[in-house]
Amino acid sequence: MLDISNLSASIEGKNILKNFNLKIKTGEVHAIMGPNGSGKSTLANVLSGKKGYKIEGKAFFEGEDILNTPIEERAQKGIFLAFQYPTEIPGVNTNNFLKTSLNTIRKSKGLKEIDTLEFLKLVKEKSKKLKIEEKILSRQLNVGFSGGEKKKNEILQMTILEPKLGILDETDSGLDIDALRVVSDGVNSLRNKNRSFLIITHYQRLLDYIKPDFVHVLVDGNIVKTGSSNLAHELEKDGYEGVTSAK
Amino acid sequence: MKQQELEKAKEYKYGFTTDIESIRAPKGLNEDVIKFISNIKKEPKWMLEWRLKAFSRLKNLQEPNWQKPKYPKINYQDLYYYSAPKSASSKPKSLAEVDPKLIDTYKKLGIPLNEQKKLSGIAVDAVFDSVSVATTFKEELTKKGIIFCPISEAIIKHPDLVKKYLGSVIPITDHYFATLNSAVFTDGSFVYIPEGVRCPMELSTYFRINASETGQFERTLIIADKGSYVSYLEGCTAPMRDENQLHAANVELIAHDDAEIKYSTVQNWYPGDKDGKGGIYNFVTKRGLCKGKNSKISWTQVETGSAITWKYPSCILQGDNSVGEFYSIAITNNHQKADTGTKMIHLGKNTKSKIISKGISAGFADNTYRGLVKINNKASNARNYTQCDSLLMGNKCGAHTIPYIENKSSTANIEHEATTSKISDEQLFYCNQRGLNQEEAVGLIVNGFCKEVLQQLPMEFAVEAQKLVGISLEGSVG
Repeated sequence: MLDISNLSASIEGKNILKNFNLKIKTGEVHAIMGPNGSGKSTLANVLSGKKGYKIEGKAFFEGEDILNTPIEERAQKGIFLAFQYPTEIPGVNTNNFLKTSLNTIRKSKGLKEIDTLEFLKLVKEKSKKLKIEEKILSRQLNVGFSGGEKKKNEILQMTILEPKLGILDETDSGLDIDALRVVSDGVNSLRNKNRSFLIITHYQRLLDYIKPDFVHVLVDGNIVKTGSSNLAHELEKDGYEGVTSAK
Repeated sequence: MKQQELEKAKEYKYGFTTDIESIRAPKGLNEDVIKFISNIKKEPKWMLEWRLKAFSRLKNLQEPNWQKPKYPKINYQDLYYYSAPKSASSKPKSLAEVDPKLIDTYKKLGIPLNEQKKLSGIAVDAVFDSVSVATTFKEELTKKGIIFCPISEAIIKHPDLVKKYLGSVIPITDHYFATLNSAVFTDGSFVYIPEGVRCPMELSTYFRINASETGQFERTLIIADKGSYVSYLEGCTAPMRDENQLHAANVELIAHDDAEIKYSTVQNWYPGDKDGKGGIYNFVTKRGLCKGKNSKISWTQVETGSAITWKYPSCILQGDNSVGEFYSIAITNNHQKADTGTKMIHLGKNTKSKIISKGISAGFADNTYRGLVKINNKASNARNYTQCDSLLMGNKCGAHTIPYIENKSSTANIEHEATTSKISDEQLFYCNQRGLNQEEAVGLIVNGFCKEVLQQLPMEFAVEAQKLVGISLEGSVG
């Protein structure tokens, strides 16, 4: 599904990702862990197309190099980024935003747009499943949302848009245990053989709920160690330095 | 069409010209031209005298020049003050008699005039250059005692009402453009809602400038008698021309005891091309008088067109407990300029006013909110709330907020809030990541910014206005 080779990214002259390589097969869940400033968020940003980076290398998504593809087209092809800091858009109703988003993506696939009634039914069903209070959806997008509400909203959007590749950029940071469960339930409910995830996190905690197929340790723009989900526990115990120096 | 014209047409889809034979007054501004207008409209003598009085006053007035957008000197002798399709000169009695070319023009503009296809629930008066060409739903309204007709017709059929109210809110001596309008106004709408009647449908006037080198001087007069209610909407478009054209309208509203007038404008005059060539000068005087107690006047404007927009729809809150509201969206892109806002004059006790202004600037545009809140010493317990928000797109445009507050009452309560913001890259990225392209994202964010004002529009027009907001800003974020 995703094949990243020799990817380098720099911003304002500072090299962040250095010849980064990663393959994610369809149906796999990969976790990337690493210390602050190791390039985790940059990876998420570059894959989703955020501007401002100088990029070299290739990233194939379903066989197509996407590094020059406009952001919205990547989204339409099925890449979803759950933001670390979801931005506030005043005056825009969350439900309307999500419906516009869903219909834009459907349209790009040649599917029929869904009407308001169908949409509301869908939202009701999904939010109930995730135990997300529906009332946040009638509020302005992310405006006045608590940190937890913002992250839950990201996950709800993901379950409605049903992407092929879900990238979670430190979605678990700052969440209490209940919100963490919502996030992991969201991912687990979507997990299937046709869908992949790239989960960026600081803590092993989230990986107790979402069992990844692989855990990678990212240090200074490169993967220095790859292992099974046990690696996360080792990291928790020995710290990044302990794990990476033992290689 | 040539490629260039096609490109242009994409920018402003109402920019076509109707090829129609017209009758014009001789070029220039003088007594003979005023007599020509009065004569061709078969006006009574008092009307001509009223016009001539305004004209003699005009000679002693200077064009104001305190506004922020400056413009090249207008040669008033080089304009036509009357232009009408020849086929409309004999006043068609029914739609069947209206020139098909005109029906076609309005159809292209999305305003069907045919009996079968009339917009449901909306009565339309269609003004083409200097004349009203058709009014729909007239009979239905007449049954309720509502008068909705071209003002030229009202002058002849309802002279007492016109005499009583015309110039009662905007006196003929008011200021240069208002006085000019009083001398040469050609057509516009007249509305009278009798006591206790709630107008059952939206009333609407659609203004179209077609002829070149012609000024449009529209005059609209709306009277809501005791306990009545009316919602009125005007829309405007013009062909794309390289010259600047002047539109100097006067609109007067009068609300008696317990009456309410809701006046909405969707202004989409030709804004000029990308380099600022051509476009309409929209210099308009709009004023409402809350004459009776508990009366209410609410202005809503969506200003997306014109090279220069210069207007302050105002409320004089004379009746005790009367309410004035002003909701505005002013969008300027490319080289457009706007200097717009309102005046809320509190005279009566317990009067309330609310001002919500949303200014959006893109390209090289310049957008000024200018507003006056004046509270008279007798206006005890007056309240005003003002909120002015500006949104900037790019770094070559400007936004300015100039509030004037004159308070002579110790019991007044005045609030003013103002914000200036930019569409952030983060917001755009977020929308893009959810599949929306740049233009859809901008449209969505701007519509969110304008929401409080868009909500004030009648349902049928809110959707149109939302689309218009998006279209007006196309290409403004790179």
